Amino acid sequence: MTAILVLALVLTAGAATVVVLTDAPARQAVTLSAFGLVLVLLFMVLQAPDVALSELGVGTAIVPLLVMLALNTMRKDRADRDRRDRR
Amino acid sequence: MTRRARLLLFLCGGGVLAALFVAGAVGMPGFGSTHHPDRDLAVPAAVSHGTANVVSAVNFDQRAIDTFGEETILIASTIGAVALLRPARGETERHPPDLGRTLESTRLIGYLLMPLTLVLGADVVLHGGITPGGGFQGGVVLATGIHLLYVTGSYPALERFRPMGAYRTAEALGAAAFAAVGAAGLIGSGSFLGNFLPTGSFGQILSTGTVQVLSAVVGVEVLGSAVVLLAAFFEQEISVRKNES
Repeated sequence: MTAILVLALVLTAGAATVVVLTDAPARQAVTLSAFGLVLVLLFMVLQAPDVALSELGVGTAIVPLLVMLALNTMRKDRADRDRRDRR
Repeated sequence: MTRRARLLLFLCGGGVLAALFVAGAVGMPGFGSTHHPDRDLAVPAAVSHGTANVVSAVNFDQRAIDTFGEETILIASTIGAVALLRPARGETERHPPDLGRTLESTRLIGYLLMPLTLVLGADVVLHGGITPGGGFQGGVVLATGIHLLYVTGSYPALERFRPMGAYRTAEALGAAAFAAVGAAGLIGSGSFLGNFLPTGSFGQILSTGTVQVLSAVVGVEVLGSAVVLLAAFFEQEISVRKNES
């Protein structure tokens, strides 16, 4: 049990570091989603299935989707402004 | 505010928070120890109300007032985000033609998973009192299931499946129903959000009194909130355009 717990904690720390070191925010949304999955694993190991379910829904699906949508809107807005400036 | 003043303010707030956090963590029982004062109080209280899922008993019975606060925060932040994201002056809403292209395999997986996800979400909401999960988790799963239609199908398909008025109403009704159950507890048991319904036999779906009712109304509210919030982001991304001027 302790070995699994240590493994889950190390995985979480590793995945979190990957998220921090990912440079482009769009790619960060993907690594954030993967980090959420690792966190779900940790919560399951710690016998907290309720928290794991919340993290699965919010952390791996909804938050990355919101980040992607916001980034896309910003990019489109910037492209529109550039086009108007060139005219 | 100058940079220096901001830093000073942050250090004051951060310092107090850090001190409180350390003091709180030091006072906690050791990690992995068998001494759990909270558990020893929460488990008998949950069992006495026929609630097999102790986490739900804490959320919807023992500390239901905290959940009421959280649901209010959720609805307030959703309203705030939607107000910020509504089409501004100089922007119009258009309905672009369907430009989505999805791999056949992605479509197939989506069509298989969408009904499964919706059933799972409903199951998690309706069994909140007896198995892991509850209104919040189930509501999020339901919202995720609905948006599989966008990932695997197209935005117009999602729009058809998602009459916004219904979800806005669901969000408000869920929050109102939570308050109504709380008020009914005031009448039925003498305290706001008191568990006044009969608790039945342990482990049965209707065994938990108000826990299951509150779980269901939270499920409705969270589903409404998540869909309304995501829809506001989708509209900015897909159908709102700056007017050419």
